[in-house]
Amino acid sequence: MEMLAKMHLLRAFDQKVGERCKRGEIPGLIHLGIGEEAVAVGVCRAIRPEDKITSTHRAHGHFLAKGGSPKALMAELYGKQAGCCRGKGGAMHLVDLKIGFLGANGVVGAGLPLAVGAALGARIKGENWVVACFFGDGANNEGSFHESLNLAAIWNLPVVFLCENNQYGISQSISTQQKVANVADRAAAYGMPSQITDGNDVLAVFETVAKAADRARQGKGPTLVECKTYRVSEHYEGDQGAYRDPDEVAAWLQNDPIQRLEALLLERAVLSPVELERLPRDAEAMVNDAVAFAASAPYPAPDKAERHVFAAGKRAAS
Amino acid sequence: MTVMTYAEALNEAQRIAMNDDPNVFAIGQDIGSYGGYYGVTAGLLDTFGKARVMDTPISEIAITGASVGAALVGARPILEVGFVDFVGTCWDQIFNQAAKFSYMSGGRARVPMVIRMACGAGLAYGVHHSQSLEAWFTHIPGLKVVMPSTADDAKGLLLSAIDDDNPVIFLEHKFLYAEKGDVADGAQRIPIGRAAVARQGRDVTIIAWSRAVHWALAAAEELAGERIDCHVLDLRTLAPLDEAAVLRAVEKTGRVVVCHEACLTGGFGAEVIARVTEKVFDSLEAPPVRIAAPDIPVPSSRPLENEYLRPERRLADAVRNLVAVSHRTARQRK
Repeated sequence: MEMLAKMHLLRAFDQKVGERCKRGEIPGLIHLGIGEEAVAVGVCRAIRPEDKITSTHRAHGHFLAKGGSPKALMAELYGKQAGCCRGKGGAMHLVDLKIGFLGANGVVGAGLPLAVGAALGARIKGENWVVACFFGDGANNEGSFHESLNLAAIWNLPVVFLCENNQYGISQSISTQQKVANVADRAAAYGMPSQITDGNDVLAVFETVAKAADRARQGKGPTLVECKTYRVSEHYEGDQGAYRDPDEVAAWLQNDPIQRLEALLLERAVLSPVELERLPRDAEAMVNDAVAFAASAPYPAPDKAERHVFAAGKRAAS
Repeated sequence: MTVMTYAEALNEAQRIAMNDDPNVFAIGQDIGSYGGYYGVTAGLLDTFGKARVMDTPISEIAITGASVGAALVGARPILEVGFVDFVGTCWDQIFNQAAKFSYMSGGRARVPMVIRMACGAGLAYGVHHSQSLEAWFTHIPGLKVVMPSTADDAKGLLLSAIDDDNPVIFLEHKFLYAEKGDVADGAQRIPIGRAAVARQGRDVTIIAWSRAVHWALAAAEELAGERIDCHVLDLRTLAPLDEAAVLRAVEKTGRVVVCHEACLTGGFGAEVIARVTEKVFDSLEAPPVRIAAPDIPVPSSRPLENEYLRPERRLADAVRNLVAVSHRTARQRK
């Protein structure tokens, strides 16, 4: 139920962002994750609050699923001072260390080595956290993917490499971009176990990642998990590209992760018809609050532009 | 004070910092049992063990990014990238990741890391192992850029770089590794962002950094016999630039030559001269001069590489000429 509520929040959030984008209220390059909610929610439910995640350019869902504030996120998208990054990051450059969110990323594949580093940091600092590293199918053809998986494997680092295979790198179908059928097939090259999961089945994602995270926490090393899902949204808001077969999109709409979980919970009588109605309404209300907050929040003063280029601090002398 | 080489001084700085703070660790290719290509990390593995002195695969993206990620969660990596020429392989992690976290998080994240890289020509290493690329880094807000010229500065500045909460690009000149000098004992820091007067003089200011400081001092010595008294300013840090020291040094003599080993176009000398002309133009008695390498890759063959390194030979003449020009101008003004 909790996961269903979260998925509704992610869906309602991105639908609202899409709407406000079209109205011109939210500027910049916005990438929505509609249809991919089960991955973000299943993964973040399977790890602990002290665990870390690295994200991608399609980051809103990861941020919210990891426990980020919808208000702080919406305000950031609106470019407001109250945003999680004081308006300096924006959609592709979100950071919130308090929730272990080590960064969205405007560069495909750039989060993978950062995740390896956060896992290495756990070892240096004697911490027991695990890092879930989100990346898309497009990133698995970047050199950073290869180098990062190899490094994590040889050092046995606590990372769960989490491929959200939404089938498309912008306009290009994965089938035209690589010979191997599955991203997971590549794990063998690094001596790493892998698992393919239905990315639209939140319970399957949860169970797979819980096992991989557990393994990582026990010091048994990284796992590559491939979640097969689909980007129902276009690549970015305003994308006019007609590169997908409408039948293909329609088929995936039938495989909606929220509807699937609802059907399952109704069938098992975990969810009442009343709650079924209530959850999306609650999510909608939360998102409306976030928009009201963000829209009315003040912009940063222009003179703030030159702050924070450098961190002011120094290592505390011991 | 102890006499030691530049490489030994760098080694000692790492040793002090690692002893002091368990969050500090060294990472890079062949830095463990091999001791680094110039011996800078020699013996660290024996003292601190594999968990803190990490030999890595030849995977510059992953090891640079892993250093950034570790820094982001509170560790303090000292990453060795054997040659600055290899920075192209890990550039994204430096300029888009390390340099951006503080800013893009609105000051809520920081990346305390040092990237040590060897730069410079003079050893017939050819186009892929000899460049001076400091200007690339200075163009990226969020990176500090340090280039010591002496063993003492190497140690004191590396200690400060490790203390710093920002990514620091630490460029070591490979020709200087074996140079000996007096080095302060203990954990004495030299602040980042502060230039040093390497020689006091009244007639001409030579501004240099890294190996070119030694060329400047040699030229100054030669010119002293001709009663041209050179003031040599060693920038030590390019970013943040000690602009006040630059302007003071130029105002003092009214004549300035900037000398660097990197090639001319887009070199950091252009930035120094731009600041001088913008801010103390009226104090100049003659047009400022840049002495830099020609705009060519660094060739391997000795006589050709010597052509690349022509700033060393041309510096003294450039100063003589500058003095002559300014005297002529002064006479014309009268």
